[in-house]
Amino acid sequence: MSNLQKAFESGKFAVTAETAPSKGIDLSHQVSIAVSLKDRVDALNVTDFQSSSLKASSYGLVIKLIQAGVEPVMQMTGRDRSRMAIQGDFLAAAAFGVENLLALTGDHTSVGDCPDSMPVFDLDSVGILNAATQLMNGVDNGGNALVGDAPKFYLGASLTPEYDPIELHLMKMKKKIDAGAKFFQTQGVYSIESYKRFMDLASKYDCYIMAGIIPLKSAGAARYMNKNVPGINVPDDLIDRLKNSKKPVQEGILIAAETIAALKEQELCHGVHIMAIGAEENVAPIMDAAGI
Amino acid sequence: MIITTKKPVEELLNDLRDAKNVLLVGCGECATVCKTGGEADVEEMRAILEANGKTIAGSFVSETCCNALLVKKELKNAKDALGAADAIVSLSCGDGTQTLGDQVEIPVYPANNTMFLGEVVRQGIFKEACRFCGDCVLANTGAICPVTQCAKSLANGPCGGSKEGHCEVNPETPCAWIEIYEKVKKLGQVDRLAALSTKAHGENVFPRTINLKDGTAKV
Ligand code: SF4
Ligand code: SF4
Repeated sequence: MSNLQKAFESGKFAVTAETAPSKGIDLSHQVSIAVSLKDRVDALNVTDFQSSSLKASSYGLVIKLIQAGVEPVMQMTGRDRSRMAIQGDFLAAAAFGVENLLALTGDHTSVGDCPDSMPVFDLDSVGILNAATQLMNGVDNGGNALVGDAPKFYLGASLTPEYDPIELHLMKMKKKIDAGAKFFQTQGVYSIESYKRFMDLASKYDCYIMAGIIPLKSAGAARYMNKNVPGINVPDDLIDRLKNSKKPVQEGILIAAETIAALKEQELCHGVHIMAIGAEENVAPIMDAAGI
Repeated sequence: MIITTKKPVEELLNDLRDAKNVLLVGCGECATVCKTGGEADVEEMRAILEANGKTIAGSFVSETCCNALLVKKELKNAKDALGAADAIVSLSCGDGTQTLGDQVEIPVYPANNTMFLGEVVRQGIFKEACRFCGDCVLANTGAICPVTQCAKSLANGPCGGSKEGHCEVNPETPCAWIEIYEKVKKLGQVDRLAALSTKAHGENVFPRTINLKDGTAKV
């Protein structure tokens, strides 16, 4: 059983941090950050061609993390691989000891840095979860039996609490759970009130939910995210705080920490997923300031 | 309707670099509506090619270009022009160009790019509507096609990427899944979205053929 699963099932406030592979072959920075966070977080979550930008795939970095003794969550999107490739990569990852998988539909190829790549989308997030569940049951997508032991996975997916219309999003959430998702990580949370409204609707489902935390770097960055990143809604008072601060990065860390503390205090989630997006050295200070 | 657009003239002229006497064949169906293969388009093509040193051996607009027997008959009627031609320019869709190519011993060059199967929204405005997936799901999606209208062809509901109801990929376009949801809500069929849906590609081995007579439909 993975650390992450144990953390959830023991009622611990789970923490994962996100890291992205390099656009190149040197993954040492990510590995050293992961090792430094190893005793603070339950797992390191490795993105898969995030924002449709070509990098080393999640598969390579999760193996590096396992070799370094750090538990990974392997992200898998449907954008670039057929169902055959997805199941094959899952089996290969399981052979290295990967258990936690996170299924995502993925951004479209046209928004990234390899726009002429074929958008595959053979499986969407629900289909990927279903494919992983099939493997856990000892069969592949063609209905053929696996040879030897079936892999043991712990399956996750994503949520967007600010999605509108929310009933449609909840319908898909339910499909993800039916397909095997046990845990979720959400898009970045900035407003406790609107997140709470979401949880009032989502808490009836049997699953663990980690609130997404993306530390803000500046007022400009917050405005940019509001405008361009789907599902992000940074309230004006937070933008003002960043604007009026002499050290906006520090202020962003503080806001992230306050958000985590409030979510934990009000028992609005089972943990947090911290996405520092290139500033992973800030994960530990955020956790310190949040008192977790 | 099969929607086509004209290829850039330079591309066609390059394709025609070895040709001197050209037979022009238009199509009276889709390409006429798309203004890529009607009488006027054939005349325009004649002027362009003549201005670029080609001789036009003849021209006709076939009732349609995607029916082999009909095309055969039309080519027979144009026997003399065909005999004088060393190339055909096909002002139809990719299907029409291939059907023509099957019947003659000289090169056939497409004047058009074949874009999609679409709806004529109004004159001159076309919208992609079906991607021939071979396993129609419209019964469950309020007659809005997720394979075509959703930029990612998602089968089980929306991605998280829509912004104010618009698609993350085409910000001008409404998110297909939100439209599907609103539609099935109106129809009282929201429950139809609940089942896991996975497209099977096993049957779609190209080229697909269908034979209504002997029932050997291979789709
Ligand atoms: S589901 Fe869409 S692509 Fe498939 S047959 Fe129906 S309309 Fe065409
Ligand atoms: S925003 Fe809607 S239409 Fe666009 S890719 Fe996502 S689900 Fe499909």
